[in-house]
Amino acid sequence: MIPGISITEILSLTSILFFIGVYGFITRTNLISMLVSVEIILNSTVINFVVINKYLYPELLQGVVYSIFIIAVAAAETALAVAIIINLYKQISSVDVKETETLKY
Amino acid sequence: MELSSFFLMRHEMALLAIALILIIAEIFIPKQKKSSAVHLAIFLFGIHTALGFFPLEENSLFGGMFRTNSLIHFFKNVLNIGVFILLLQSADWIQEKIVKLNRGTEFFILLFFSLLGMYFMISAGDFLMFYVGLELSTIPVAALAAFELMKRRSSEAGIKLILSAALASGVSLFGISMLYATSGSIYFDDILVAISPNNLTILGFILFFAGMAFKISLVPFHFWTADVYEGAPISVASYLSVISKGAAVFILMILMFTVLKPLMEVWENMIYVVALATMFVGNLFALRQQNMKRFLAFSSIAQAGFILLGLITGTQLGTASVVYFVMIYIFSNLAAFGVVQAISLKTGKENIDDYNGLYRTNPRLSLIMLLALFSLAGIPPVAGFFGKFFLYTAAAREGYYLLVFLAVVNVTISLYYYLLVVRAMFLRQSENPIPFFNNKLYMRLGLGITVIGILVLGIYSPLYDYIYELSAAFNH
Repeated sequence: MIPGISITEILSLTSILFFIGVYGFITRTNLISMLVSVEIILNSTVINFVVINKYLYPELLQGVVYSIFIIAVAAAETALAVAIIINLYKQISSVDVKETETLKY
Repeated sequence: MELSSFFLMRHEMALLAIALILIIAEIFIPKQKKSSAVHLAIFLFGIHTALGFFPLEENSLFGGMFRTNSLIHFFKNVLNIGVFILLLQSADWIQEKIVKLNRGTEFFILLFFSLLGMYFMISAGDFLMFYVGLELSTIPVAALAAFELMKRRSSEAGIKLILSAALASGVSLFGISMLYATSGSIYFDDILVAISPNNLTILGFILFFAGMAFKISLVPFHFWTADVYEGAPISVASYLSVISKGAAVFILMILMFTVLKPLMEVWENMIYVVALATMFVGNLFALRQQNMKRFLAFSSIAQAGFILLGLITGTQLGTASVVYFVMIYIFSNLAAFGVVQAISLKTGKENIDDYNGLYRTNPRLSLIMLLALFSLAGIPPVAGFFGKFFLYTAAAREGYYLLVFLAVVNVTISLYYYLLVVRAMFLRQSENPIPFFNNKLYMRLGLGITVIGILVLGIYSPLYDYIYELSAAFNH
């Protein structure tokens, strides 16, 4: 609980963060930037869970526990994505989405 | 809680044990004998599949986070059989291509951990277990899609899969957080009591559904499917198209029929539109494909649209027909992918034109392919017809006559492109057809089981009655 700040303000922040992430994922052409955008989305949900837990249902810690799991899984996901990106970089010397277009309809 | 209650997690513990045994075996098997790890993995998984059929009582563990009942147990067995066939079909590929690179065991370990994630996902009792299972089932598959490190296409498939999957899980988590906000709990049982169709819940549900639609490759979210299937190794593509999709459909169906049932007015209309779009886009794009893997990718998108026909009903008949259809779909699609894999392994050819005159040189393979394609299209004597028939029945009983009619129109379209492949194999001549070759034992077994499945599952009717009885568990 932060005195003087209501839940509406924080949830607005997380919604804005979420849409920034989606926008970034769609418009960015650099694979690393796309990964960063996904991380922004996941972090917005983490804040969402913690805030909802703290403001609305403070008697149980379900949301807080959930957020810890999200952070851990997101780390694993990022590690794998970076590993694949590095492998791709070894082959095409680029991390740009435009270079990964050999598969297309 | 007693120690014996852990036996409810028998499937999970056995699979984890197999994966750990393989990790240890990887250390101790000398470098020249790595191919014995393949036999070990298939042997152990075969035992696990057989043991899975022993009955299991209904109960839940860990305060309701993990639950199991007879339908979940049955579906785990179906997944087991699917993965076992997949292992048999990909054994040759691993022995010829991957063991040389000293990475054979890795493949099995990643595959088994992914299957473990699916077990946890379909027997989840709350959204936390569901999310962890979902990620555990997705992340190893992305690693598998990028498995052929030297191939650029494989890496591309891997990065496309992991980024789409991460975006999908982010979106569906945002939806889950909204469901948590309105209902005050992440446990399915508590949500069922507290849920009501207000705006925030509906928005949460739509975001959650969008995330799951990525996994099932429903239409607005299907863009990764064809690219990943084409670039990934064939066994990984067939894993994604049958096992991964089947498990995701199953858990989505359970959630929609139990927890999210109060929102039925919302999801009925949504699924109606998504089902039509999925069937039409999948079928129309499949018409113009030349590569067999892309072709099967779009055909699997179209099949997902048919599955939605059962999902829209929300009845016991719907549950039974979806489970039955998924089971038959696993067998038919594995047969098709198995033939593609056998030919690709021997000759490296993957285009439809390369199949010209296949019947003259490899009659058995082309007959298996014929059966698989007929089953996918839904032509009467084979199992696929009965799967589709029950889906239509379920949808028609709830009054969706127009939807069923349009689905039948789609079957006609799909028949055209399935028959294109059949024509290439049986009627077309070729200057240099694929030469005759003999498959090894594992591949023969893998294809043989699928053929038996395709021929028997449709005719053996007690099976459907059995599934129908089991599905009472989720429809009160």
